[in-house]
Amino acid sequence: MTVTTPEQAPVAEAPRGGGARLVDRVFKMRELAILAVFLVMIAVTQAGNSEFLSEQGVKDLLLNGTILVLVATGQSLVVITRNVDLSVGSTLGISAFAAGTYLHGGGDPVIAIVLAVLLGVGFGLLNGLLVSLGQVPALVVTLGTLYIIRGVDSIWVGSRQITAADLPGSFVDFGSGGVSAVPWLALIALVVLVATAYYLKHYGSGRELYALGSNPEAARLAGIPVRKRILAAYTFCGGLAGLAGAMYLARFGNVDSSTGNGYELTVVSAVVVGGVVFTGGSGSVYGAALGALLLTSINSVLPALGVSSVWGLAINGVLLLLAIAVDRIVAVRVASALKRKSAAARTAAAQTPVQAAQSSARTTVRKGDAHDA
Amino acid sequence: MTHPSDTGPAPVLALKDVAKSFGAVRALRGVSLELFPGEVHALAGENGAGKSTLIKTLAGVHRPDAGRVLLDGEPVVFHGPGDARDAGIAVIYQEPTLFPDLSIAENIFMGRRPRRALGRIDHKATRAATVALMKRLGVDLDPDRPARGLSIADQQIVEIAKALSFDARVLIMDEPTAALTGSEVARLFGVVRTLREQGAAVLFISHRLEEIFEICGRVTTLRDGAWIASEPVDGMTEDDLVRRMVGRDLDELYPKQDVTPGEVALSVRRLTREGVFTDVSFEVRRGEIVGLAGLVGAGRTEVARAVFGIDRWDAGEVVVDGRPLTNGAPSTAMTAGLALVPEDRRAQGLVMDMSIERNIGLTGLRTTVKAGLMDRGAERSRALDWAVRLQVKYARIADTVNTLSGGNQQKVVLAKWLATGPKVLIVDEPTRGIDVGTKAEVHRLLSELAADGVAVLMISSDLPEILGMADRVLVMHEGRLTAEIARTEATEESVMAAATGRAAA
Ligand SMILES: Nc1ncnc2c1ncn2[C@@H]1O[C@H](COP(=O)(O)OP(=O)(O)O)[C@@H](O)[C@H]1O
Ligand SMILES: [Mg+2]
Repeated sequence: MTVTTPEQAPVAEAPRGGGARLVDRVFKMRELAILAVFLVMIAVTQAGNSEFLSEQGVKDLLLNGTILVLVATGQSLVVITRNVDLSVGSTLGISAFAAGTYLHGGGDPVIAIVLAVLLGVGFGLLNGLLVSLGQVPALVVTLGTLYIIRGVDSIWVGSRQITAADLPGSFVDFGSGGVSAVPWLALIALVVLVATAYYLKHYGSGRELYALGSNPEAARLAGIPVRKRILAAYTFCGGLAGLAGAMYLARFGNVDSSTGNGYELTVVSAVVVGGVVFTGGSGSVYGAALGALLLTSINSVLPALGVSSVWGLAINGVLLLLAIAVDRIVAVRVASALKRKSAAARTAAAQTPVQAAQSSARTTVRKGDAHDA
Repeated sequence: MTHPSDTGPAPVLALKDVAKSFGAVRALRGVSLELFPGEVHALAGENGAGKSTLIKTLAGVHRPDAGRVLLDGEPVVFHGPGDARDAGIAVIYQEPTLFPDLSIAENIFMGRRPRRALGRIDHKATRAATVALMKRLGVDLDPDRPARGLSIADQQIVEIAKALSFDARVLIMDEPTAALTGSEVARLFGVVRTLREQGAAVLFISHRLEEIFEICGRVTTLRDGAWIASEPVDGMTEDDLVRRMVGRDLDELYPKQDVTPGEVALSVRRLTREGVFTDVSFEVRRGEIVGLAGLVGAGRTEVARAVFGIDRWDAGEVVVDGRPLTNGAPSTAMTAGLALVPEDRRAQGLVMDMSIERNIGLTGLRTTVKAGLMDRGAERSRALDWAVRLQVKYARIADTVNTLSGGNQQKVVLAKWLATGPKVLIVDEPTRGIDVGTKAEVHRLLSELAADGVAVLMISSDLPEILGMADRVLVMHEGRLTAEIARTEATEESVMAAATGRAAA
């Protein structure tokens, strides 16, 4: 009793269906929501203090955001692969000091920036190797490298300090200059951001980062070079932390052994507030960048409104928890919507009686066993 | 051992004396297999026989401890699944391996996407190719929706599409049909036949013996990791094949004992969950096995979930032993003596990374906790007790559940719930994806439980199982109960008529 004839049920051309649109919409919404919060906050502040959005004000806002945006972009890639890099603060600090020392000795600014990036790449590689080879959670590994790099930094730097006076004028000008209200540094961050987003969407290896964060075991079975991808994500993240170090130096001109201390937590908050899911597989660098912008501008908004800046940390915390709560609720809603959709499709598909009879016939296991009542 | 190796073409892919062990478990010992172009080859064996391990060896997931893999007659070493894929080997694994966050199209083409200039992904071409694949399989799945939330059957379809998406010379399928409906299987077989005619070699695993007889030319049987036979399917009977697999003649597949039903243990009254099921009323008496039949998607699983309290109901009442249950509270259901063995054991029934004993112990936490601390000794002895009663095959009871084969995982789920000593047991597709030997054991167990006075509600899409095991058959159609049929009157025709809504119930 077996079925041999595949009957031809009418098959509709698959339309660009509700499931994808729903999810697209949710993620666009996620980014739009942060943008809206950001804009409202700026508008309110401007209403309370008309000086806030002066040319210098906008410039400060962008400059403050830039460094965090860069590091958050790198961090997003790592978080998308279901990992995390806690050593970015230490990397930023040590690259900034290295670039400063080199410039102090009469070095060329471009080479100084390259040097900072390379240093970051080196630490990124180290993290990537440790995480991808060892079977130890990234949280622990990079907590270790956080302390190691910071320790090396402290021993090397000691109580020394780099100040703006030690740096060539061109480098300091680069840090504060720009096209009208848009600083050079912000332009660089924007280019990096757009390029990264483009890469993640349009290149196979970029999509594979999402894949391996979404289901690591399946990624292995799909033949994705898991270790190589993780290594690349960490290297990129380290490189951007190094670049951010050089920018920090250009912007503030002041670096010591504690530079970037605790920065990793701000970075992770920005990424999570921006909708990059901590368990991997989803989120965008644009979201992370918006999250970074939101968090840094709170620090400018509070003084402009005459609120003590001690509130800043608490507000960051509330934002973080809010973001996580919203993500959770949205995820549950979307999941059940998708389930319903697929259940509906199945019920519709299972309707033809012929088909049903066949499915019954197919399940006969052994002749003569069924009716022994 | 009969195969045309002396005459016809050379095998595309072969295993020679392959052995593979996981710790103390010898999953494969000296297994040989040859796959020829243009043949569909069945791999048969009970759960735990080593079929999936063999497949993973062919796919480059496992490296054999001994023996060789031969591609076109030449020894090869696959360093990973990517190598095997590049050699033209497509694999559908037993457990779906999808990326929940990515779209169906991306899932299908992960790693091998159509490209545009500068190595960029051609999203449009990817999508079009997915639509074409879905058409070929005759299913209507939106290529842009993420894989999250797909039913098991739909996940399986995506897996099949993935395997078909490149022109494989060898297609390996590990129980691809376990979750599919009749028409979906028929379509899959149509595609398999086309591939065979185009000269591909297909290796096919299924516990549905009639599928093996329908589509396969030769069959290789494994038992406890050892090679038993490779022979043509023609001229074999199902009993022959079962004897090879089990190593003995199988006892009755449906060992249903006659029991006089006692008082009502579970009473469901006018239960409604809006948009899912409507006005569902039935009773299950002590000692009874009540079958719940219907098409996939008729709402049977949803009723079970609501009765157990996982989902809330909008109207109606559930009464266990005369006491009404609280809406949406599984813990009160458990206290009242209700147990639910779910359909999707991976997602709902087991904690895959936890040991067998801890999994069995999970439901009994309350009884094995002393002064707030877990009583490990009690947990272990209880787990061992049930593992032995259900004849779970494992190396050590402290091993994690994900090392067990499918049928043994199902036994662990059963053990976990039976350890609570339930008065009412709801089982959802208790034997899906399980070999005949284990299936007979599960049936024997359900029958024994009923004889001991447990009220059993058995949801099943396996009609012979319903007819063979149930004292009474309830049938659902589109969220409503359409028929209640006594054992003496239940036939495939009467049940299917009600399931498809053709009967005046
Ligand atoms: N990764 C693993 N670790 C430990 N044991 C395993 C692993 N994979 C399979 N096994 C064991 O190997 C044996 C064969 O399993 P499997 O190949 O899955 O059987 P089948 O697919 O025929 O049901 C079983 O005893 C199983 O528990
Ligand atoms: Mg298997």
